[in-house]
Amino acid sequence: MSQPPGAAVSVTEAPPSSDTPSKQLAAQRVLPLRRPGRWIATAIVLVLAAQFVHGLVSNPFYQWDRFGYWFLRPTILDGLLITLEVTAYSAVLGLLGGILLALARLSRSPVLRAVSWTYVWALRSIPLIVVLLFLYNFSALYQTLSVGVPFGPAFFTFDESRLATDMVVAVVGLSLNEAAYAAEVVRGGILSVDQGQHEAASALGLPKSYQFRKIVWPQALRSITPNYVNQLIGLIKSTSLVFYVSLLDLFGTAQTMGSTYPGDIVPLLLVVTVWYLILTSVVSVIQFYVERYYARGATRTLPPTPLQKLRTGLTDLRARIRREAAV
Amino acid sequence: MTAETTQNAAAVEVHDVHKWYGTHRVLNGVDLTVRPGEVTVILGPSGSGKSTLLRVINHLEKPEIGHVSVNGELIGVRRQGDRLKELSERIILTQRSRIGFVFQNFNLFPHLTVLDNVAAAPVATGKLGRAEAQELARELLDRVGLGDKSAAYPRQLSGGQQQRVAIARALALRPGVILFDEPTSALDPELVGEVLAVIKDLARSGTTLVIVTHEIGFAREIADRVVFIDGGRIVEQGPPAEVLDKPRHERTRDFLSKVL
Repeated sequence: MSQPPGAAVSVTEAPPSSDTPSKQLAAQRVLPLRRPGRWIATAIVLVLAAQFVHGLVSNPFYQWDRFGYWFLRPTILDGLLITLEVTAYSAVLGLLGGILLALARLSRSPVLRAVSWTYVWALRSIPLIVVLLFLYNFSALYQTLSVGVPFGPAFFTFDESRLATDMVVAVVGLSLNEAAYAAEVVRGGILSVDQGQHEAASALGLPKSYQFRKIVWPQALRSITPNYVNQLIGLIKSTSLVFYVSLLDLFGTAQTMGSTYPGDIVPLLLVVTVWYLILTSVVSVIQFYVERYYARGATRTLPPTPLQKLRTGLTDLRARIRREAAV
Repeated sequence: MTAETTQNAAAVEVHDVHKWYGTHRVLNGVDLTVRPGEVTVILGPSGSGKSTLLRVINHLEKPEIGHVSVNGELIGVRRQGDRLKELSERIILTQRSRIGFVFQNFNLFPHLTVLDNVAAAPVATGKLGRAEAQELARELLDRVGLGDKSAAYPRQLSGGQQQRVAIARALALRPGVILFDEPTSALDPELVGEVLAVIKDLARSGTTLVIVTHEIGFAREIADRVVFIDGGRIVEQGPPAEVLDKPRHERTRDFLSKVL
């Protein structure tokens, strides 16, 4: 960090002895270059930001009183709960599917590799909304689902229309889509682990499953985490599409309320926006701590938590004030 | 098990091993016998196949022709009639746990503490309980002079310290043989000494060692036998006084004149 401001003073106070000028120069603090361009740009941005906030607050178009009315309405919170449920199920199932697909893609069996590749190719090509609508109409195509010998007799038979509730259709659709993307994230993470780690693990004779669980996976997670969180944030927003399979999530509820109270469409959209902002923020905070956890050993010192940053910041400030007061 | 143990077995026996990648021939019929307790140093120009030979011994590389046995047990294959059949990965992993391997780039597990790096393998292979493994790991870290670093992570250590942890990690499985693949090549010159001192200590304790290195002075000091390899073949081998000081082959002389 920078030298205490008192340092320059103490140099001038040093006895003007036989020191050569060059030596005195070396002891001087270097004055930082002035950057007027940066100041001007900062000022412009501040003015624009202030204008934006002022508009947001003062423009009657946003109807903030109606926003306050809707924000914690039970219908909205019910929708929020649906959004959270769909996201949680799809995130977990999608990640599990992604891990399986990634392992299949990295396996030595050409059939597994081809199947995994084809799945990822297909599901990344088909728009999510199409997948969801397909599944929604699935029960018309296949009236029953059976578990049994392939091409042979069935042991259990399910009635599709009872099994496939709107929630199931939504979760299955999102998970299928999510797994395709998660597969690539997981595969990238596994590939990012140094080959020497695989060699060292197998030279020590560690059992295969141990090698994956304890050596490769924890290291892969370091690069998987930020990419998967990115995926997850995309997923949270994608859940708004479940409205089209008649599941009333946060967005769906707002949409329905909007058609009942057409005058409130804008505040309802604001309610939705703010809730999505909150969800994304929570995920980002979790991401910070997960990443910090998996950074153990990868960096010499862990990045400080916001709380630690605040504490060191306050300590620095106090020390600085004390110094200034002393001078 | 499929071990074919014989009395007075050689610690390592490499029999007519050939290895190639596509059309590139790396090993061309290597025969090598290492007696128990012997320290063998393998020298050779880069690309001569010396690292590959070491990796064939613990089956990190599969030989195309020929076979290897360690303490009388065939590695990676079993004999069926007069044919050799590949063993399952699980059995090969068990065999490897009896052969120590130290890498040029240490390859410590960066997400585990130094203590866990050393204690992991005995626990994972079911040889020791967690507490016993940690106790053993502490002993071994003391032995390589890093008793005070057990809570550190590998990247917080210098290269020389990391390599000493890697040696302790290899020792934790109490292997019959330890293979060193250029253990000091990735180190700053000033850190080489501390690693060589640990290896010397092992040599004196009677552990069987096979070391690929470029440190000729070190070879002269600790080797019972020096093996010079070039073009995937053993050119000559014998006590250091013979191979290093009175080489019989032109290629050995040529190589030594360049590195000494």
